[in-house]
Amino acid sequence: MTLEPYLLYALAGVGLFAIGLEALIARAHLLRKILALNVMGTGVFLFLIAIAYRSEPLADPVPQAMVLTGIVVSVCATGLALALAHRVQTTTGRMELPENDEFDA
Amino acid sequence: MNAPDGITDDTHLTWLRLMISLLVLVLTGALGWAVCSLPANSTGLTVSALAQLPNSGVLNPVTAAVLNYRGYDTLLEIAVLLLAVIGVWSVAKEEPSAALEPVSPVLFSFVRIVIPLMILIAGYLLWIGSFAPGGAFQGGAVLAGALVLLRLSNVEHASWPSEVWLRFGLVLGLSVFIVVAVGVMAGGGKLLEYPRAHAGILILLIESAALISIALTLAALFVGGRALGDEDSSSESENGVRPQ
Repeated sequence: MTLEPYLLYALAGVGLFAIGLEALIARAHLLRKILALNVMGTGVFLFLIAIAYRSEPLADPVPQAMVLTGIVVSVCATGLALALAHRVQTTTGRMELPENDEFDA
Repeated sequence: MNAPDGITDDTHLTWLRLMISLLVLVLTGALGWAVCSLPANSTGLTVSALAQLPNSGVLNPVTAAVLNYRGYDTLLEIAVLLLAVIGVWSVAKEEPSAALEPVSPVLFSFVRIVIPLMILIAGYLLWIGSFAPGGAFQGGAVLAGALVLLRLSNVEHASWPSEVWLRFGLVLGLSVFIVVAVGVMAGGGKLLEYPRAHAGILILLIESAALISIALTLAALFVGGRALGDEDSSSESENGVRPQ
């Protein structure tokens, strides 16, 4: 079985998604979590574009349209997340979410 | 309890990290297997998208998908943009800018040449979107870049949009989109079902309004907070932002 170019890109997208997911769960620093979300999103976009590329002779326009909207939404989500993270930092003095038992204190 | 920064030599946490890695690896393997089992050749929705292209009002299938076939999706997306700005403005105020440095002559000349070009390119991208890659999102991103550059360079006489115009511009895209989406129902169509004869001009109208809103949204997110001097006296404690 030969490795089709689209498959390489699609698997790279899955890889990016996995890297982002690991960091999102394992890292406590909020900036890292936001970056991880962006890496995950990039993986999804790469995957969708790769999937669209399978169609001959013209790439499937619908996944491209989804990526187009997705990029803008991801930028906005990042902006909102950064604002919230900044607020967490000014309120608690650190860039991490409190542990469960700290809420009662 | 653990120290807040403690991914150090805690065995418990090491095990946890290991389990997370294992879980992610298993998930990645499953996803990779799913990707590999996809058919290598699939037209997806290409055939349907191209078949309906003459009815969509534009010649670029991606633009047709964004603004016609998946118009509902894009309408909600524009709403998400507005919500993001409202969200950011609810939790943050603009940082007071540091002492303004005088604009260097090089930067001044650069801005003077580049800003008009960027505005031109944004309009060009918007227009070309009907028959080639381009459209409101690409144009909006370029225009947002112009606004960010303008803000970073502190050039006199070329100010950021005033508060009223900023708010007006932010809601413009969503308002026009909703008016068009509901307006076509007056002609007997369904929501977002553009009449075939006017689809092109309606899409251009929506895209033009969306371009402005997208640019202002992205630029407002870059600023990262509600403008200073806006209702400063009244609601400092009400909105909960601590004085620094």
